[in-house]
Amino acid sequence: MSHTTKRLRYVAKRLVQAVPIVFAIVVLNFFLLQLAEGDAVDVLAGEAGSATPEYMAELRAKFGLDQPLPVQLAVYLKNVLMLDLGYSFRHEMPVSELILDRFWATLLLMVSTILLAVGFGIVLGLIAAVNLNTWKDTAISIFALITYATPLFWVGLMLIVVFSLNLGWFPTSGMENFAEFNEGWDRVFDIAHHLVLPTITLSLFYLALYTRLMRASMLEQAGQDYVTTARAKGLTERRIMFVHVLRNALLPVVTMAGVQVGALIGGSVIVESVFAWPGLGMLAFEALFARDLNLLLGIFLLSALLVVAVNLVVDIIYSSLDPRIEMS
Amino acid sequence: MTASLLDIRDLHVALPEGSQRAHAVEAANLHLAPNEVLCVVGESGSGKSLTARAVMGLLPQPHVRVSQGEIHFNGEDLTKVSAARLRQIRGSEISMIFQEPMTALNPVMTIGNQIDEVFRFHEKMPGKERSARALALLEDVQLPDPEQALGAYPHELSGGQRQRAMIAMALALDPKILIADEPTTALDVTTQAQILKLIKQMQEAHDTGVLFITHDFGVVADIADRVAVMQHGRVVETGTTREVLLNPTHPYTQSLIAAVPSLTPRPARARAQEAVMRVRGLQKTYRSGGGLFGGAGRVVHAAKDVTLDLARGETLGIVGESGSGKSTVARCIVRLIDAEDGEILLGETDLRPIGRAALRPYRSKIQMVFQDPFASLNPRTRVGKIISQGPMMYGLSSEEARDKARELLEIVGLDALAYDRFPHEFSGGQRQRIGIARALALEPEILVADEPVSALDVSIQAQVLELLDQIRDRMNLSMIFITHDLRVAAQVCDRIAVMRYGKVVEEGPTAAIFDDPQDEYTRALLGAVPGKEWFAAAEISVETDPQTGTKDAPPISA
Amino acid sequence: MAFWKLYIRNRSAVLGLAILVAIVVMAATAHLFYPDDPFRLAGQSMSPPGANGFLFGSDSLGRDVAAGIAHGAKTSLLIGIVATLVATFIGVIMGALAGYYGGLIDDLLMRTTEMFQTIPSFIFAILLVAIMKPSIESIIIAIAVVSWPGVARLVRGEFLSLRNREFVQACHTLGMSDIRIMLGEILPNCLSPIIVIGSLMVATAILIESGLAFLGLGDPNIMSWGFQIGAGRTLLRSAWWVCTFPGIAILITVLAINLVGEGLNDALNPRLRERQ
Repeated sequence: MSHTTKRLRYVAKRLVQAVPIVFAIVVLNFFLLQLAEGDAVDVLAGEAGSATPEYMAELRAKFGLDQPLPVQLAVYLKNVLMLDLGYSFRHEMPVSELILDRFWATLLLMVSTILLAVGFGIVLGLIAAVNLNTWKDTAISIFALITYATPLFWVGLMLIVVFSLNLGWFPTSGMENFAEFNEGWDRVFDIAHHLVLPTITLSLFYLALYTRLMRASMLEQAGQDYVTTARAKGLTERRIMFVHVLRNALLPVVTMAGVQVGALIGGSVIVESVFAWPGLGMLAFEALFARDLNLLLGIFLLSALLVVAVNLVVDIIYSSLDPRIEMS
Repeated sequence: MTASLLDIRDLHVALPEGSQRAHAVEAANLHLAPNEVLCVVGESGSGKSLTARAVMGLLPQPHVRVSQGEIHFNGEDLTKVSAARLRQIRGSEISMIFQEPMTALNPVMTIGNQIDEVFRFHEKMPGKERSARALALLEDVQLPDPEQALGAYPHELSGGQRQRAMIAMALALDPKILIADEPTTALDVTTQAQILKLIKQMQEAHDTGVLFITHDFGVVADIADRVAVMQHGRVVETGTTREVLLNPTHPYTQSLIAAVPSLTPRPARARAQEAVMRVRGLQKTYRSGGGLFGGAGRVVHAAKDVTLDLARGETLGIVGESGSGKSTVARCIVRLIDAEDGEILLGETDLRPIGRAALRPYRSKIQMVFQDPFASLNPRTRVGKIISQGPMMYGLSSEEARDKARELLEIVGLDALAYDRFPHEFSGGQRQRIGIARALALEPEILVADEPVSALDVSIQAQVLELLDQIRDRMNLSMIFITHDLRVAAQVCDRIAVMRYGKVVEEGPTAAIFDDPQDEYTRALLGAVPGKEWFAAAEISVETDPQTGTKDAPPISA
Repeated sequence: MAFWKLYIRNRSAVLGLAILVAIVVMAATAHLFYPDDPFRLAGQSMSPPGANGFLFGSDSLGRDVAAGIAHGAKTSLLIGIVATLVATFIGVIMGALAGYYGGLIDDLLMRTTEMFQTIPSFIFAILLVAIMKPSIESIIIAIAVVSWPGVARLVRGEFLSLRNREFVQACHTLGMSDIRIMLGEILPNCLSPIIVIGSLMVATAILIESGLAFLGLGDPNIMSWGFQIGAGRTLLRSAWWVCTFPGIAILITVLAINLVGEGLNDALNPRLRERQ
């Protein structure tokens, strides 16, 4: 069997494995909704100011909330399948529309953060490992140690104090300057300008994580038998480090990048609320204050799906790095 | 003396401070001539591997380093040449193969690429020529499908094929010296025989000098022209293979050679009529892969219709290579694994189908001794508790159990003081004794020993085998002895069953099978035992000349 | 003690431990130095650090930032430690059962673990606290619920490799019960990694807690560092100190715990130590 078919088979297997996880998340979502005090009718009644118990019972019947739990679950599953995530009474819009509207901003932030954190993390970890126990290694390790311990929101605020308020280099908030009505490339640059601080803020912690992981992984691999073989073949240390060790050392880093995507989306809630970045995190923050649970759960569901999707991409990358995938 | 290719003079390899001894290698003198195989033999910790690595400049520096001495290769002192020059020499003039080809090859790089690197780093050669030569090399080492092997990753080859690929890589540039560090230790005996043959062929075809590191005197006998014996970092004896094997002068060499079990089965004992255990039609399969996208899963028959009889007081050997199912059968018998079908009759009771609770009274009747002395004792539990917890579970008071444990420690040849110590304070052989004491604590009728000596050095191996013999007689035990080593089987077993692919291919009294094997596979196994002819000759010389006294070498403490 | 000797060889670990002890002392003595409620008005509002008797300044309501930091230390440590204990407890049980029994149980438990790891943990924590209403208990539960999968995976891996070790098989041949093998034989052999991951989890828990409090999901009756920063963010232009000092407190605490965790790892894991 060729390596390509093996890879395809592996990715297909992972895809199939993701199905029950997605299903379980949807079910969990449903039960969280049940756990929350009050239902949509209570919210509606609260909005209206007063409602008679008869009217509320009628509404419940209309929404199917008087049905037994399994029936409600089935209806909910059906709705989710139809991409119907309910209605946000605060925004007076379907939840799915609201979410889709904000999705791209978050995706942009996520992708730029992952690229920055993973890319620089690998490079810094590599530099530290190659220059083990020199000042470069020490400097990188201390940098990683400190950023690994810093809360995201605080970094964001401090960056705003320094780079926005004092130096005036970057805007304090938002995704673009609507007042300028930018178009084409101007708009792209404007968004990129707004993107800098949020991306740095969100990526710092993960940058530290990948740096440490990469360094440890390089050191671990450098002690393996195949490195001795490579030396016995007369290869240069450069070749050994950058060809033999590097590729093996990347494997745990790539795996970790997949595992961390969920945490990254969580972090985006904080970063978006600090920088008023109009993405899902910001929306979640607003929903939180408005006690709009329906919306919050919708965001939660979509972000979980996003993690599943990103993990699949990571699996595809992983399968091209490790020929042994079928064994695990 | 012939012209030397490699001349090691007064080599000292220093260990880091705080180690058990200051030098791993001390004042070692060795020389290797062109077209010669020099075997460096020794037990673990003798410094043989570090000597080999010192030649290649592959010591784990800076902790371990050459502190004194010279290594002359073609007029250069390898301990003094520049790093760049050493890199030039490595892989082109001196190359090396290792014990574990799975970990010695880069798992994410194809075999072809790994061979290609050697050409690229040492010679200017167009890509076409490089791949043609790599293919030719793989043909030379007789890989079944060289084309395919070029594009294969290490995990896609078998252990023997991987070692062939390693050899191809090492011989790519026709080196003057090949250093082989226990290259067949991780392989099955039949594969080992093929690899030894291959190394010998390649060496003769290319006039290579081979520095061959091994612990196995059988291998020495098969491949060496000259032998150097190392002990505690010193070379205690060197000479031609003939001199060293037939007429060893140093007491240590004598004891090592004497400890090699003879391939001539010992005289059979009378077999009791009563069967303690009867195994009938045992079945166990493993499934791998499969699932929705894995296609049809592979089914491995680890035990296929296995039928065995164990008479009271006898030792039944189950012999086979890795993957033969011998360990599976042992584990089914002690019920560590549940067999799918068949009967395991202890007396009249079939142990196979009964549940765990019902099994409990029978557990104590069958006990097991394990292979790995480092994994078989809980590192966090004191030796006393390891031995006494079994009897206490079966109702002995803690005082009774303690007395019993002390008595058992004595029986297995350990100090009663061992009771309060932790396993890591003991050597491999001592730990194996503790494991035996644990098994005996429940006063079993049957002892299942799974490769109990294969992780031990040969001198300690002999002592543990003798201990097992003693207690078998003393306690009237019946024993099932799992081993891959036919020499050990010859010395321990009354009967043997030879297994392959989960099936018993042949079963009978040891002497009968050794003298006249019926199955083709048994013949192949017997034929592959290293050093067969030499040791047969040596035994005759010992019998004819009892004065040499090699059979009664001084014991070495385990 | 051998362990202590190994530990003090790592200087940064000793430094971490010293800082951590200082923070614990600060938390324990907060009520002595700042006996008043840290939410109470303590003097002139918007005082810069050093002015009007405020070490780290005061906020727009005249609350003492230093008092908040001292009292907040208690909150952070308490939530960090209790949440970690709960998460470790859940994780060890799940991981032990999955790793020891394998097969269907393993599949079921590991799919569950995977699901929990797929869920964006911080959003999940926000949801849980929002649903249960913010309180110290709900915060602890939320943090524990999102933190246990890491422990479970680690413990499962350890159990999986240890259950096939020969010393465990020897216990089976003695007829030992599963529960005794798990608790008496296997668990003691994986305590070191559990201690290490646990100590690092305290740091993560403190970060999650501060994030929740920053978003306004802290217990409204208890002072915490995250709350201070969240309350001070509107004052960024006029009173930078309100946000800055609590943030430094979080940074130093988390850093100290991480250093201690690494020190423990080096001291408890001889294989890693040899490489250095």
